[in-house]
Amino acid sequence: MATYYHRAVQDIRDNGFLSSVTIITIALSVLIVSAFALFFTNANNVMNYWEKGVKIMAYLKPGTSQKNLHDIKRNIQEIYGVQDVSFISKEEAFKKLKKQMKRQSSILMNLNENPLPDAFEIRMTMSSQRSEKVEEIATKIESMPSIEDIEYAQKWLKQFTNIFDLFRLAGYTMGGIFFIAAVFIMANTIRLAIYMRREEIEIMRLVGASEKFIKGPFYIESIIQGTLGGMGGIAALFITFKLISSNVENSFKYELLDIKFLSPEFYCGIILCSIFVGWLGCYISLKQFLKA
Amino acid sequence: MSDGKDNSSIIQLFHVHKYYGSKKALVDISLNVSKNEFIFISGPSGAGKSTLLRLFYLGEPVSEGQILVDGMNLSRISRKKIHFLRRKFGIIFQDYKLISTKTVFDNVALVLDASGKKRKFIEKKVRSVLRTVGIEQKINALPPSLSGGEQQRAAVARAVVGIPKIILADEPTGSLDSDSADIILNLLKNFHAHGGTVIVATHDKELIRKTGGRILQLKQGRLLGSTPI
Repeated sequence: MATYYHRAVQDIRDNGFLSSVTIITIALSVLIVSAFALFFTNANNVMNYWEKGVKIMAYLKPGTSQKNLHDIKRNIQEIYGVQDVSFISKEEAFKKLKKQMKRQSSILMNLNENPLPDAFEIRMTMSSQRSEKVEEIATKIESMPSIEDIEYAQKWLKQFTNIFDLFRLAGYTMGGIFFIAAVFIMANTIRLAIYMRREEIEIMRLVGASEKFIKGPFYIESIIQGTLGGMGGIAALFITFKLISSNVENSFKYELLDIKFLSPEFYCGIILCSIFVGWLGCYISLKQFLKA
Repeated sequence: MSDGKDNSSIIQLFHVHKYYGSKKALVDISLNVSKNEFIFISGPSGAGKSTLLRLFYLGEPVSEGQILVDGMNLSRISRKKIHFLRRKFGIIFQDYKLISTKTVFDNVALVLDASGKKRKFIEKKVRSVLRTVGIEQKINALPPSLSGGEQQRAAVARAVVGIPKIILADEPTGSLDSDSADIILNLLKNFHAHGGTVIVATHDKELIRKTGGRILQLKQGRLLGSTPI
Protein backbone atom coordinates (compact mmCIF):
# COMPACT_ATOMS: atom_id res chain seq x y z
CA MET A 1 0.00 0.00 0.00
CA ALA A 2 2.87 2.37 0.82
CA THR A 3 4.32 1.71 -2.65
CA TYR A 4 0.97 2.53 -4.27
CA TYR A 5 0.73 5.70 -2.18
CA HIS A 6 4.24 6.84 -3.18
CA ARG A 7 3.52 6.13 -6.83
CA ALA A 8 0.22 8.03 -6.59
CA VAL A 9 1.91 11.06 -5.00
CA GLN A 10 4.65 10.89 -7.63
CA ASP A 11 2.01 10.79 -10.39
CA ILE A 12 0.22 13.82 -8.91
CA ARG A 13 3.54 15.69 -8.92
CA ASP A 14 4.41 14.56 -12.44
CA ASN A 15 1.01 15.64 -13.76
CA GLY A 16 0.84 18.79 -11.63
CA PHE A 17 -1.29 20.86 -13.99
CA LEU A 18 -3.87 18.15 -14.65
CA SER A 19 -4.09 17.31 -10.95
CA SER A 20 -4.50 20.98 -9.98
CA VAL A 21 -7.33 21.41 -12.49
CA THR A 22 -9.10 18.36 -11.04
CA ILE A 23 -8.66 19.50 -7.44
CA ILE A 24 -9.86 23.03 -8.25
CA THR A 25 -12.88 21.69 -10.16
CA ILE A 26 -13.89 19.45 -7.26
CA ALA A 27 -13.28 22.33 -4.82
CA LEU A 28 -15.52 24.65 -6.86
CA SER A 29 -18.26 22.03 -7.09
CA VAL A 30 -18.05 21.44 -3.33
CA LEU A 31 -18.05 25.21 -2.72
CA ILE A 32 -21.21 25.73 -4.76
CA VAL A 33 -23.06 22.73 -3.34
CA SER A 34 -22.09 23.48 0.25
CA ALA A 35 -22.93 27.18 -0.19
CA PHE A 36 -26.44 26.08 -1.13
CA ALA A 37 -26.48 23.74 1.87
CA LEU A 38 -25.32 26.55 4.15
CA PHE A 39 -28.04 28.86 2.87
CA PHE A 40 -30.77 26.25 3.28
CA THR A 41 -29.62 25.19 6.74
CA ASN A 42 -29.69 28.76 8.01
CA ALA A 43 -32.93 29.63 6.23
CA ASN A 44 -34.48 26.53 7.75
CA ASN A 45 -33.32 27.55 11.22
CA VAL A 46 -34.78 31.04 10.75
CA MET A 47 -38.09 29.62 9.57
CA ASN A 48 -38.25 27.19 12.48
CA TYR A 49 -37.63 30.12 14.80
CA TRP A 50 -40.37 32.12 13.14
CA GLU A 51 -42.78 29.20 13.30
CA LYS A 52 -42.14 28.79 17.02
CA GLY A 53 -42.71 32.48 17.72
CA VAL A 54 -45.94 32.72 15.78
CA LYS A 55 -49.22 33.43 17.50
CA ILE A 56 -52.78 33.78 16.30
CA MET A 57 -54.59 37.08 16.79
CA ALA A 58 -58.38 36.62 16.87
CA TYR A 59 -60.25 39.97 16.46
CA LEU A 60 -63.71 40.18 18.01
CA LYS A 61 -66.77 41.62 16.31
CA PRO A 62 -67.62 45.15 17.49
CA GLY A 63 -70.10 45.15 20.33
CA THR A 64 -69.17 41.79 21.74
CA SER A 65 -70.31 41.99 25.34
CA GLN A 66 -67.91 41.62 28.23
CA LYS A 67 -69.91 38.71 29.65
CA ASN A 68 -69.36 36.68 26.40
CA LEU A 69 -65.60 37.13 26.62
CA HIS A 70 -65.21 34.42 29.22
CA ASP A 71 -67.13 31.87 27.07
CA ILE A 72 -65.15 32.76 23.95
CA LYS A 73 -61.88 32.41 25.82
CA ARG A 74 -62.95 29.03 27.21
CA ASN A 75 -64.06 27.82 23.76
CA ILE A 76 -60.69 28.77 22.30
CA GLN A 77 -58.82 27.19 25.15
CA GLU A 78 -60.69 23.91 24.60
CA ILE A 79 -59.26 23.59 21.08
CA TYR A 80 -56.57 20.91 20.98
CA GLY A 81 -53.13 22.47 20.59
CA VAL A 82 -53.91 25.81 22.23
CA GLN A 83 -51.60 26.53 25.12
CA ASP A 84 -52.47 30.02 26.25
CA VAL A 85 -55.16 32.59 25.47
CA SER A 86 -54.92 36.19 26.67
CA PHE A 87 -57.36 39.00 26.12
CA ILE A 88 -56.15 42.31 24.74
CA SER A 89 -58.68 45.05 25.00
CA LYS A 90 -58.90 47.65 22.28
CA GLU A 91 -57.65 50.31 24.74
CA GLU A 92 -54.64 48.23 25.61
CA ALA A 93 -53.95 47.57 21.92
CA PHE A 94 -54.19 51.29 21.18
CA LYS A 95 -51.68 52.07 23.91
CA LYS A 96 -49.29 49.47 22.52
CA LEU A 97 -49.65 50.87 19.04
CA LYS A 98 -48.89 54.40 20.24
CA LYS A 99 -45.83 53.10 22.04
CA GLN A 100 -44.60 51.26 18.97
CA MET A 101 -45.14 54.21 16.67
CA LYS A 102 -43.20 56.58 18.99
CA ARG A 103 -42.72 59.86 17.07
CA GLN A 104 -45.41 59.03 14.50
CA SER A 105 -47.93 58.50 17.31
CA SER A 106 -49.20 62.09 16.80
CA ILE A 107 -51.13 60.77 13.76
CA LEU A 108 -53.25 58.74 16.14
CA MET A 109 -54.15 61.90 18.16
CA ASN A 110 -56.45 63.09 15.40
CA LEU A 111 -58.61 59.99 15.53
CA ASN A 112 -62.07 60.57 17.03
CA GLU A 113 -62.36 57.04 18.29
CA ASN A 114 -60.19 53.96 18.81
CA PRO A 115 -60.43 51.97 15.54
CA LEU A 116 -58.85 48.84 16.99
CA PRO A 117 -61.02 45.86 17.95
CA ASP A 118 -60.84 43.77 21.11
CA ALA A 119 -58.76 40.67 20.49
CA PHE A 120 -57.44 37.41 21.86
CA GLU A 121 -53.79 36.53 21.55
CA ILE A 122 -53.46 32.74 21.21
CA ARG A 123 -50.27 30.74 21.64
CA MET A 124 -49.91 27.14 20.61
CA THR A 125 -48.30 24.18 22.35
CA MET A 126 -44.86 23.09 21.01
CA SER A 127 -46.33 20.14 19.14
CA SER A 128 -48.88 22.34 17.37
CA GLN A 129 -46.53 24.93 15.94
CA ARG A 130 -46.31 23.33 12.49
CA SER A 131 -48.01 25.44 9.87
CA GLU A 132 -50.70 22.82 9.03
CA LYS A 133 -51.71 22.54 12.71
CA VAL A 134 -51.75 26.31 13.19
CA GLU A 135 -53.93 26.62 10.11
CA GLU A 136 -56.32 24.02 11.53
CA ILE A 137 -56.59 25.86 14.87
CA ALA A 138 -57.02 29.20 13.06
CA THR A 139 -59.89 27.80 10.95
CA LYS A 140 -61.68 26.57 14.08
CA ILE A 141 -61.31 29.96 15.79
CA GLU A 142 -62.40 31.84 12.67
CA SER A 143 -65.60 29.79 12.52
CA MET A 144 -66.67 31.03 15.94
CA PRO A 145 -69.57 33.52 15.64
CA SER A 146 -67.99 36.28 17.76
CA ILE A 147 -64.77 36.32 15.78
CA GLU A 148 -64.61 38.80 12.96
CA ASP A 149 -61.14 38.10 11.64
CA ILE A 150 -57.99 36.32 12.49
CA GLU A 151 -54.37 37.00 11.67
CA TYR A 152 -51.36 34.73 11.89
CA ALA A 153 -47.94 34.76 10.35
CA GLN A 154 -48.23 31.22 9.02
CA LYS A 155 -50.34 32.63 6.22
CA TRP A 156 -47.35 34.35 4.65
CA LEU A 157 -44.91 31.91 6.19
CA LYS A 158 -46.62 29.14 4.23
CA GLN A 159 -46.21 31.08 1.00
CA PHE A 160 -42.59 31.72 1.89
CA THR A 161 -42.14 28.01 2.65
CA ASN A 162 -43.46 27.14 -0.81
CA ILE A 163 -40.94 29.49 -2.42
CA PHE A 164 -38.26 28.14 -0.12
CA ASP A 165 -39.14 24.56 -1.12
CA LEU A 166 -38.77 25.58 -4.76
CA PHE A 167 -35.29 26.94 -3.99
CA ARG A 168 -34.50 23.77 -2.10
CA LEU A 169 -35.50 21.69 -5.11
CA ALA A 170 -33.32 23.89 -7.33
CA GLY A 171 -30.51 23.38 -4.79
CA TYR A 172 -30.85 19.59 -4.90
CA THR A 173 -30.96 19.65 -8.70
CA MET A 174 -27.87 21.84 -8.91
CA GLY A 175 -26.13 19.70 -6.30
CA GLY A 176 -26.89 16.63 -8.42
CA ILE A 177 -25.67 18.33 -11.59
CA PHE A 178 -22.44 19.44 -9.94
CA PHE A 179 -21.96 15.94 -8.54
CA ILE A 180 -22.32 14.38 -11.99
CA ALA A 181 -20.11 17.08 -13.55
CA ALA A 182 -17.41 16.49 -10.93
CA VAL A 183 -17.56 12.72 -11.53
CA PHE A 184 -17.15 13.21 -15.28
CA ILE A 185 -14.32 15.69 -14.88
CA MET A 186 -12.59 13.25 -12.55
CA ALA A 187 -13.18 10.40 -14.98
CA ASN A 188 -11.80 12.52 -17.79
CA THR A 189 -8.69 13.46 -15.83
CA ILE A 190 -7.94 9.83 -15.04
CA ARG A 191 -8.66 8.98 -18.68
CA LEU A 192 -6.12 11.58 -19.80
CA ALA A 193 -3.60 10.27 -17.27
CA ILE A 194 -4.14 6.72 -18.56
CA TYR A 195 -3.82 7.92 -22.15
CA MET A 196 -0.59 9.77 -21.37
CA ARG A 197 0.79 6.68 -19.68
CA ARG A 198 -0.64 3.99 -21.94
CA GLU A 199 2.82 2.85 -23.01
CA GLU A 200 3.93 2.58 -19.38
CA ILE A 201 0.79 0.62 -18.48
CA GLU A 202 1.35 -1.74 -21.41
CA ILE A 203 4.95 -2.34 -20.30
CA MET A 204 3.84 -2.89 -16.69
CA ARG A 205 1.45 -5.58 -17.88
CA LEU A 206 4.12 -7.24 -20.01
CA VAL A 207 6.56 -7.47 -17.11
CA GLY A 208 3.97 -9.15 -14.90
CA ALA A 209 2.31 -6.33 -12.98
CA SER A 210 -1.10 -7.27 -11.63
CA GLU A 211 -4.24 -5.23 -12.35
CA LYS A 212 -4.19 -4.19 -8.68
CA PHE A 213 -0.63 -2.91 -9.04
CA ILE A 214 -1.58 -0.87 -12.12
CA LYS A 215 -4.94 0.44 -10.91
CA GLY A 216 -4.12 0.95 -7.20
CA PRO A 217 -2.17 4.20 -7.61
CA PHE A 218 -4.90 5.66 -9.87
CA TYR A 219 -7.48 5.03 -7.15
CA ILE A 220 -5.25 6.51 -4.45
CA GLU A 221 -4.51 9.48 -6.71
CA SER A 222 -8.22 10.18 -7.24
CA ILE A 223 -9.00 9.73 -3.53
CA ILE A 224 -6.24 12.24 -2.68
CA GLN A 225 -7.59 14.65 -5.28
CA GLY A 226 -11.16 14.18 -3.99
CA THR A 227 -10.06 14.81 -0.40
CA LEU A 228 -8.02 17.89 -1.29
CA GLY A 229 -10.84 19.22 -3.49
CA GLY A 230 -13.43 18.63 -0.76
CA MET A 231 -11.29 20.24 1.94
CA GLY A 232 -10.41 23.14 -0.35
CA GLY A 233 -14.08 23.77 -1.14
CA ILE A 234 -15.09 23.70 2.53
CA ALA A 235 -12.14 25.95 3.48
CA ALA A 236 -13.10 28.46 0.77
CA LEU A 237 -16.70 28.42 2.00
CA PHE A 238 -15.60 28.87 5.61
CA ILE A 239 -13.43 31.90 4.76
CA THR A 240 -16.24 33.45 2.69
CA PHE A 241 -18.71 32.69 5.48
CA LYS A 242 -16.51 34.33 8.12
CA LEU A 243 -16.07 37.46 6.00
CA ILE A 244 -19.77 37.78 5.20
CA SER A 245 -21.13 36.79 8.62
CA SER A 246 -18.94 39.30 10.49
CA ASN A 247 -20.24 42.06 8.20
CA VAL A 248 -23.84 40.92 8.58
CA GLU A 249 -23.57 40.63 12.36
CA ASN A 250 -22.09 44.12 12.59
CA SER A 251 -24.91 45.58 10.48
CA PHE A 252 -27.83 43.68 12.04
CA LYS A 253 -27.61 42.93 15.72
CA TYR A 254 -30.69 40.85 15.53
CA GLU A 255 -31.55 37.43 16.82
CA LEU A 256 -33.04 36.30 13.53
CA LEU A 257 -29.70 36.71 11.78
CA ASP A 258 -27.76 34.37 14.03
CA ILE A 259 -26.25 32.52 11.07
CA LYS A 260 -24.22 29.41 11.73
CA PHE A 261 -21.65 27.45 9.67
CA LEU A 262 -22.34 23.88 8.62
CA SER A 263 -22.10 21.29 11.36
CA PRO A 264 -18.91 19.15 11.51
CA GLU A 265 -21.00 16.09 10.57
CA PHE A 266 -22.27 17.90 7.51
CA TYR A 267 -18.94 19.11 6.16
CA CYS A 268 -17.28 15.78 6.94
CA GLY A 269 -20.12 14.25 4.92
CA ILE A 270 -19.38 16.64 2.04
CA ILE A 271 -15.67 15.74 2.12
CA LEU A 272 -16.60 12.03 2.12
CA CYS A 273 -18.87 12.77 -0.82
CA SER A 274 -16.03 14.42 -2.75
CA ILE A 275 -13.80 11.41 -1.99
CA PHE A 276 -16.56 9.25 -3.39
CA VAL A 277 -16.70 11.51 -6.47
CA GLY A 278 -12.97 10.92 -6.97
CA TRP A 279 -13.30 7.17 -6.53
CA LEU A 280 -16.32 6.91 -8.83
CA GLY A 281 -14.67 8.99 -11.57
CA CYS A 282 -11.61 6.76 -11.37
CA TYR A 283 -13.69 3.58 -11.36
CA ILE A 284 -15.62 4.63 -14.49
CA SER A 285 -12.42 5.56 -16.31
CA LEU A 286 -10.48 2.45 -15.40
CA LYS A 287 -13.40 0.19 -16.23
CA GLN A 288 -13.72 1.85 -19.60
CA PHE A 289 -10.07 2.22 -20.59
CA LEU A 290 -8.18 -0.60 -18.95
CA LYS A 291 -10.18 -3.47 -20.37
CA ALA A 292 -7.53 -4.72 -22.71
CA MET B 1 -4.55 -32.43 -23.63
CA SER B 2 -4.07 -30.24 -20.60
CA ASP B 3 -3.14 -33.35 -18.68
CA GLY B 4 -0.17 -34.01 -20.92
CA LYS B 5 2.28 -33.12 -18.16
CA ASP B 6 5.91 -33.68 -18.85
CA ASN B 7 8.26 -32.66 -16.09
CA SER B 8 11.06 -31.87 -18.52
CA SER B 9 8.83 -29.63 -20.69
CA ILE B 10 8.36 -26.01 -19.86
CA ILE B 11 6.43 -24.98 -22.97
CA GLN B 12 4.19 -27.23 -25.04
CA LEU B 13 2.22 -26.24 -28.13
CA PHE B 14 -0.53 -28.44 -29.54
CA HIS B 15 -1.70 -27.71 -33.08
CA VAL B 16 -1.55 -23.98 -32.60
CA HIS B 17 -2.96 -21.69 -35.30
CA LYS B 18 -2.97 -17.92 -35.36
CA TYR B 19 -5.05 -15.91 -37.82
CA TYR B 20 -5.35 -12.19 -38.36
CA GLY B 21 -8.69 -12.05 -40.16
CA SER B 22 -8.23 -14.31 -43.16
CA LYS B 23 -4.41 -14.10 -43.03
CA LYS B 24 -2.72 -17.15 -41.51
CA ALA B 25 0.20 -16.03 -39.32
CA LEU B 26 0.92 -19.44 -37.78
CA VAL B 27 -0.32 -22.79 -39.04
CA ASP B 28 -0.57 -25.98 -37.00
CA ILE B 29 2.46 -25.53 -34.75
CA SER B 30 3.16 -28.33 -32.30
CA LEU B 31 6.23 -27.92 -30.19
CA ASN B 32 7.91 -29.03 -27.01
CA VAL B 33 10.43 -26.82 -25.21
CA SER B 34 12.38 -28.53 -22.45
CA LYS B 35 13.61 -26.87 -19.29
CA ASN B 36 17.06 -25.30 -19.64
CA GLU B 37 16.95 -25.41 -23.45
CA PHE B 38 18.46 -22.71 -25.62
CA ILE B 39 16.26 -22.39 -28.68
CA PHE B 40 16.44 -20.17 -31.71
CA ILE B 41 13.36 -19.47 -33.75
CA SER B 42 14.68 -18.62 -37.13
CA GLY B 43 13.17 -17.56 -40.40
CA PRO B 44 12.79 -14.64 -42.77
CA SER B 45 10.86 -11.46 -41.88
CA GLY B 46 7.15 -12.14 -41.70
CA ALA B 47 7.66 -15.85 -40.99
CA GLY B 48 5.80 -15.54 -37.67
CA LYS B 49 8.71 -15.56 -35.19
CA SER B 50 7.54 -12.58 -33.12
CA THR B 51 3.93 -13.78 -33.27
CA LEU B 52 4.97 -17.15 -31.88
CA LEU B 53 6.83 -15.48 -29.00
CA ARG B 54 3.80 -13.29 -28.22
CA LEU B 55 1.59 -16.37 -27.94
CA PHE B 56 3.82 -17.78 -25.18
CA TYR B 57 3.13 -14.91 -22.78
CA LEU B 58 -0.44 -14.24 -23.95
CA GLY B 59 0.59 -11.05 -25.70
CA GLU B 60 -2.01 -12.36 -28.12
CA PRO B 61 -4.46 -15.26 -27.82
CA VAL B 62 -4.21 -18.32 -30.05
CA SER B 63 -6.89 -18.77 -32.70
CA GLU B 64 -6.85 -22.54 -32.40
CA GLY B 65 -4.94 -25.12 -30.42
CA GLN B 66 -3.53 -25.07 -26.91
CA ILE B 67 -0.38 -23.90 -25.17
CA LEU B 68 0.92 -25.06 -21.82
CA VAL B 69 3.55 -23.00 -20.01
CA ASP B 70 5.07 -24.52 -16.90
CA GLY B 71 1.85 -26.41 -16.26
CA MET B 72 -0.47 -23.48 -16.98
CA ASN B 73 -3.00 -23.93 -19.75
CA LEU B 74 -3.07 -20.53 -21.45
CA SER B 75 -6.61 -20.89 -22.73
CA ARG B 76 -7.83 -21.19 -19.13
CA ILE B 77 -6.06 -18.19 -17.63
CA SER B 78 -8.37 -15.33 -16.72
CA ARG B 79 -7.33 -11.75 -17.47
CA LYS B 80 -6.85 -11.11 -13.75
CA LYS B 81 -4.28 -13.90 -13.50
CA ILE B 82 -2.19 -13.22 -16.59
CA HIS B 83 0.49 -11.62 -14.41
CA PHE B 84 1.23 -15.01 -12.84
CA LEU B 85 2.06 -16.32 -16.31
CA ARG B 86 4.09 -13.27 -17.30
CA ARG B 87 6.22 -13.45 -14.18
CA LYS B 88 7.55 -16.75 -15.49
CA PHE B 89 9.07 -14.84 -18.40
CA GLY B 90 11.75 -12.25 -18.83
CA ILE B 91 11.05 -10.61 -22.15
CA ILE B 92 13.57 -8.73 -24.28
CA PHE B 93 11.61 -6.82 -26.87
CA GLN B 94 12.90 -5.87 -30.27
CA ASP B 95 12.12 -2.21 -29.53
CA TYR B 96 13.34 -2.56 -25.88
CA LYS B 97 10.05 -1.23 -24.43
CA LEU B 98 11.69 0.86 -21.72
CA ILE B 99 9.56 3.54 -20.05
CA SER B 100 11.07 6.74 -21.40
CA THR B 101 10.04 8.89 -18.41
CA LYS B 102 11.57 6.59 -15.81
CA THR B 103 15.23 6.09 -14.99
CA VAL B 104 17.11 2.90 -15.81
CA PHE B 105 16.84 1.96 -12.12
CA ASP B 106 13.04 2.43 -12.10
CA ASN B 107 12.63 0.51 -15.34
CA VAL B 108 14.51 -2.49 -13.99
CA ALA B 109 13.00 -2.18 -10.49
CA LEU B 110 9.49 -2.27 -11.95
CA VAL B 111 9.56 -6.07 -12.24
CA LEU B 112 10.46 -6.52 -8.57
CA ASP B 113 8.10 -3.73 -7.49
CA ALA B 114 5.24 -5.42 -9.32
CA SER B 115 5.91 -8.72 -7.57
CA GLY B 116 5.83 -7.00 -4.18
CA LYS B 117 9.49 -7.16 -3.20
CA LYS B 118 10.81 -4.95 -0.40
CA ARG B 119 12.50 -1.66 -1.30
CA LYS B 120 15.82 -2.55 0.28
CA PHE B 121 16.00 -5.83 -1.62
CA ILE B 122 15.04 -4.06 -4.86
CA GLU B 123 17.83 -1.44 -4.45
CA LYS B 124 20.43 -4.13 -3.89
CA LYS B 125 19.25 -6.48 -6.61
CA VAL B 126 18.85 -3.83 -9.31
CA ARG B 127 22.33 -2.43 -8.68
CA SER B 128 23.79 -5.91 -8.84
CA VAL B 129 22.06 -6.75 -12.14
CA LEU B 130 23.03 -3.42 -13.70
CA ARG B 131 26.62 -4.08 -12.66
CA THR B 132 26.45 -7.50 -14.36
CA VAL B 133 25.18 -6.02 -17.63
CA GLY B 134 27.75 -3.23 -17.37
CA ILE B 135 25.58 -0.11 -17.13
CA GLU B 136 25.66 0.60 -13.39
CA GLN B 137 26.97 4.08 -14.09
CA LYS B 138 23.77 4.81 -16.07
CA ILE B 139 21.48 3.91 -13.16
CA ASN B 140 19.87 7.37 -13.00
CA ALA B 141 19.80 8.03 -16.73
CA LEU B 142 16.60 8.16 -18.74
CA PRO B 143 16.39 5.63 -21.61
CA PRO B 144 16.34 8.22 -24.43
CA SER B 145 19.79 9.40 -23.31
CA LEU B 146 21.28 5.88 -23.72
CA SER B 147 22.83 4.32 -26.82
CA GLY B 148 21.08 1.39 -28.53
CA GLY B 149 23.45 -1.10 -26.89
CA GLU B 150 22.92 0.42 -23.45
CA GLN B 151 19.14 0.37 -23.89
CA GLN B 152 19.34 -3.28 -24.93
CA ARG B 153 21.43 -4.07 -21.85
CA ALA B 154 18.91 -2.28 -19.65
CA ALA B 155 16.19 -4.39 -21.29
CA VAL B 156 18.21 -7.55 -20.57
CA ALA B 157 18.69 -6.42 -16.95
CA ARG B 158 14.94 -5.97 -16.63
CA ALA B 159 14.35 -9.40 -18.17
CA VAL B 160 16.66 -11.24 -15.77
CA VAL B 161 16.20 -9.26 -12.54
CA GLY B 162 13.10 -11.19 -11.44
CA ILE B 163 14.91 -14.53 -12.00
CA PRO B 164 12.31 -15.83 -14.46
CA LYS B 165 12.13 -19.41 -15.67
CA ILE B 166 12.20 -18.47 -19.34
CA ILE B 167 13.75 -15.64 -21.30
CA LEU B 168 12.11 -14.65 -24.56
CA ALA B 169 14.26 -12.45 -26.76
CA ASP B 170 12.96 -10.96 -29.97
CA GLU B 171 15.86 -10.01 -32.28
CA PRO B 172 18.04 -9.13 -29.27
CA THR B 173 21.05 -8.14 -31.36
CA GLY B 174 19.19 -6.83 -34.38
CA SER B 175 20.36 -3.23 -34.28
CA LEU B 176 23.60 -3.64 -32.33
CA ASP B 177 27.26 -3.56 -33.31
CA SER B 178 29.14 -6.86 -32.88
CA ASP B 179 30.68 -5.91 -29.49
CA SER B 180 27.31 -5.00 -27.99
CA ALA B 181 25.78 -8.11 -29.55
CA ASP B 182 28.46 -10.27 -27.91
CA ILE B 183 27.72 -8.73 -24.50
CA ILE B 184 24.01 -9.50 -24.89
CA LEU B 185 24.74 -13.00 -26.09
CA ASN B 186 27.02 -13.70 -23.12
CA LEU B 187 24.32 -12.49 -20.75
CA LEU B 188 21.83 -14.90 -22.32
CA LYS B 189 24.37 -17.73 -22.16
CA ASN B 190 25.01 -16.92 -18.53
CA PHE B 191 21.29 -17.08 -17.76
CA HIS B 192 21.11 -20.43 -19.57
CA ALA B 193 24.14 -21.73 -17.68
CA HIS B 194 22.30 -21.01 -14.44
CA GLY B 195 19.44 -23.31 -15.44
CA GLY B 196 17.17 -20.91 -17.33
CA THR B 197 15.38 -21.58 -20.59
CA VAL B 198 16.12 -19.17 -23.44
CA ILE B 199 14.08 -18.71 -26.60
CA VAL B 200 15.47 -16.27 -29.13
CA ALA B 201 13.69 -15.17 -32.28
CA THR B 202 16.26 -14.05 -34.82
CA HIS B 203 17.31 -14.18 -38.42
CA ASP B 204 20.94 -13.51 -37.42
CA LYS B 205 22.77 -16.68 -38.59
CA GLU B 206 26.02 -15.52 -36.99
CA LEU B 207 24.36 -15.31 -33.59
CA ILE B 208 22.97 -18.85 -33.97
CA ARG B 209 26.35 -20.21 -35.11
CA LYS B 210 28.15 -18.66 -32.11
CA THR B 211 25.67 -19.94 -29.55
CA GLY B 212 24.52 -23.42 -30.38
CA GLY B 213 21.24 -24.98 -29.25
CA ARG B 214 18.15 -25.99 -31.17
CA ILE B 215 16.88 -24.14 -34.20
CA LEU B 216 13.21 -24.02 -35.09
CA GLN B 217 12.84 -22.99 -38.69
CA LEU B 218 9.67 -21.02 -39.52
CA LYS B 219 8.48 -20.12 -42.99
CA GLN B 220 5.18 -18.46 -43.81
CA GLY B 221 3.82 -19.43 -40.41
CA ARG B 222 4.73 -23.11 -40.70
CA LEU B 223 7.31 -24.93 -38.64
CA LEU B 224 9.64 -26.52 -41.19
CA GLY B 225 11.84 -28.39 -38.80
CA SER B 226 13.71 -28.55 -35.54
CA THR B 227 17.48 -28.86 -35.90
CA PRO B 228 20.02 -29.22 -33.11
CA ILE B 229 23.30 -27.46 -33.85
